[in-house]
Amino acid sequence: MAILKLFDICKDYQQGKEPVRVLKNVNLTVEEGEYLAIMGPSGSGKTTLMNIIGCLDVPTSGSYELDGRDLKDLSDDELADIRNQKLGFVFQNFHLLPKMTALDNVALPLLYGGVGQKERRERAAEALKSVGLEERMDFLPNQLSGGQCQRVAIARAMVGKPKLLLADEPTGALDTKAGNQIMEIFRALSNEGMTILMITHEPAIAACADKIYHILDGELRTGETVGGKSHEA
Amino acid sequence: MKENISLAFQGIWSHKMRSVLTMLGIIIGIAAIITIVSTIQGTNEQIKENLIGAGNNVVTVSLNQDGREYDMSWQDVPDGVKVISEQTRQELEQIPHVEKVSLYNSRQYAQQVFYQNTEFSGGQLYGIDQNYLSVYGYQIKSGRGFTQADYDQCRKVVLVDEGVVKSLFGGVNPVGKNLEIQSDVFTVVGVVAMSESFTPTINSMKDYQMYMSSTTGSIYMPIRTWPTAYRFDEPQNVAIKVDGTDAMTDAGKAAADLLTQQQIQGTDSKFDYRSQDMLEQAQQLQSLSQSTNTQLIWIASISLLVGGIGVMNIMLVSVTERTAEIGLKKAIGAKKRRILMQFLTESAVLTSLGGVIGVISGVILAQLISGMMQIPVSISPPAIVVSVVFSTAIGVIFGMLPAVKAANLNPIEALRRN
Repeated sequence: MAILKLFDICKDYQQGKEPVRVLKNVNLTVEEGEYLAIMGPSGSGKTTLMNIIGCLDVPTSGSYELDGRDLKDLSDDELADIRNQKLGFVFQNFHLLPKMTALDNVALPLLYGGVGQKERRERAAEALKSVGLEERMDFLPNQLSGGQCQRVAIARAMVGKPKLLLADEPTGALDTKAGNQIMEIFRALSNEGMTILMITHEPAIAACADKIYHILDGELRTGETVGGKSHEA
Repeated sequence: MKENISLAFQGIWSHKMRSVLTMLGIIIGIAAIITIVSTIQGTNEQIKENLIGAGNNVVTVSLNQDGREYDMSWQDVPDGVKVISEQTRQELEQIPHVEKVSLYNSRQYAQQVFYQNTEFSGGQLYGIDQNYLSVYGYQIKSGRGFTQADYDQCRKVVLVDEGVVKSLFGGVNPVGKNLEIQSDVFTVVGVVAMSESFTPTINSMKDYQMYMSSTTGSIYMPIRTWPTAYRFDEPQNVAIKVDGTDAMTDAGKAAADLLTQQQIQGTDSKFDYRSQDMLEQAQQLQSLSQSTNTQLIWIASISLLVGGIGVMNIMLVSVTERTAEIGLKKAIGAKKRRILMQFLTESAVLTSLGGVIGVISGVILAQLISGMMQIPVSISPPAIVVSVVFSTAIGVIFGMLPAVKAANLNPIEALRRN
């Protein structure tokens, strides 16, 4: 079943008087359980695409279906619910709240999802355990290494049991060793059936995915399969 | 909500210096208002107490000529004014809130009163009925009060107060001693004193000045004996005890109207009865002190306005600083309303805290002023509640703009900055 379907997505930005087309007729279908990477140099439109897929931005034209639901004309609050329930975000800079413990950071999406306090703590602890940080639950982000912070962020993304995990340069701020750890976690999640969409400009990282798309000047090129274990788009 | 409040306290605590400086405007404004209100209240209560006498609640109604109190010391019995009958007295007792009515004659400046060779001057002389002492709350300190027989037989007996004991009898117990009043001999049968407190009962400005300038005292005789010393058919004064301070004005006016209607013959008489309403005079004095203080409150309110703008400023800085936090929260599913409430709560908690500190400083300041300048202060609980609620409202009002700004932040923009 397709988790994500993009049809002819275009995105224009007003730059001075002329609108600049950042995304040009992007078509993309992601099946459940797929692990794919989108590669492109900076300015290629990959972050814009990621924002649209992540319901943080709306396309200028085209249509978008997530988990069978058309996301056209949804209100801000409805989009917030979708981000909360169906999507998990992992950012390059982790974006952990500095004054909250790892556990509280992970529990935050559940708070917005209306989960009770006791269940929040249990599920957050479980999510932290799954990324190997059960010893670090009460640490503040500045007491953790970059790799550990990113693992907390992954736990936060996964705690709400999303349909799709979106990762924007998840290893961009990490050294190779920590980056590889993150990739191992992604691989493990993928093996458990998680659908993952990752943006990167590092070929080595992109190679960890099952399938790689290239984006250049706002145009998405057909995916190449890595290691021959992908489903065809 | 609980979450937001604890978040707000965390935020305030993590920027202690900034929070204190932000709250300062609110603290100063609220402290000033509490101090001013406490001083106003204290002064007002003192005025009221001085003028009315605490808990006495007595209004006097007396005959006026051309708007001035008619004084029998220098004038004849007025034409066209009847003596107040017992029936009229009972009618007066039917007026709402009236508890007891007493009729009495008086001389503000007693003349021709001697004890041996000492003349009693500057004091007052009263001819009183059976209700008078209880209306004014006097008690017999020594000797006895007037009996029915004293009234029926028009006995020449008098009661004196402690002022007279001091000024005329040199402090010696006067019971059984004889006084000469208008060349007649009167026997002192008792000494009266205020029962409740030692504050004077003051029923007119004249009484007040009298009390301040002289303590020579008062002499009382039965009202039916009065004509033997003075004249028949003198118009009486009326003292009315009511059941509450606030009822004094209305009861006094009603009694004065009733007396004017019943006692004065002819419609275009130059005489009428008027109540000496101390409450009204007290209120005039109070409003005088209040109007100057109201201006002070306005000035203090400007400090609150400035404080509110300071809060808005800091909250805007805070929103800018926390752009990434807001962006992340929105990205993981926080709705606009939640972000709005978070920032509103933070500014409301900040200003409420300022309000509470302001109230505490205000109370301390008021006590200090009271101690240093001998001004009475009275801390008013409603003022405290209103101040704290008001400071919370300032937080909500001035926090609104920054909170709306935070809630409307575009998450993409917000996430890009870090």
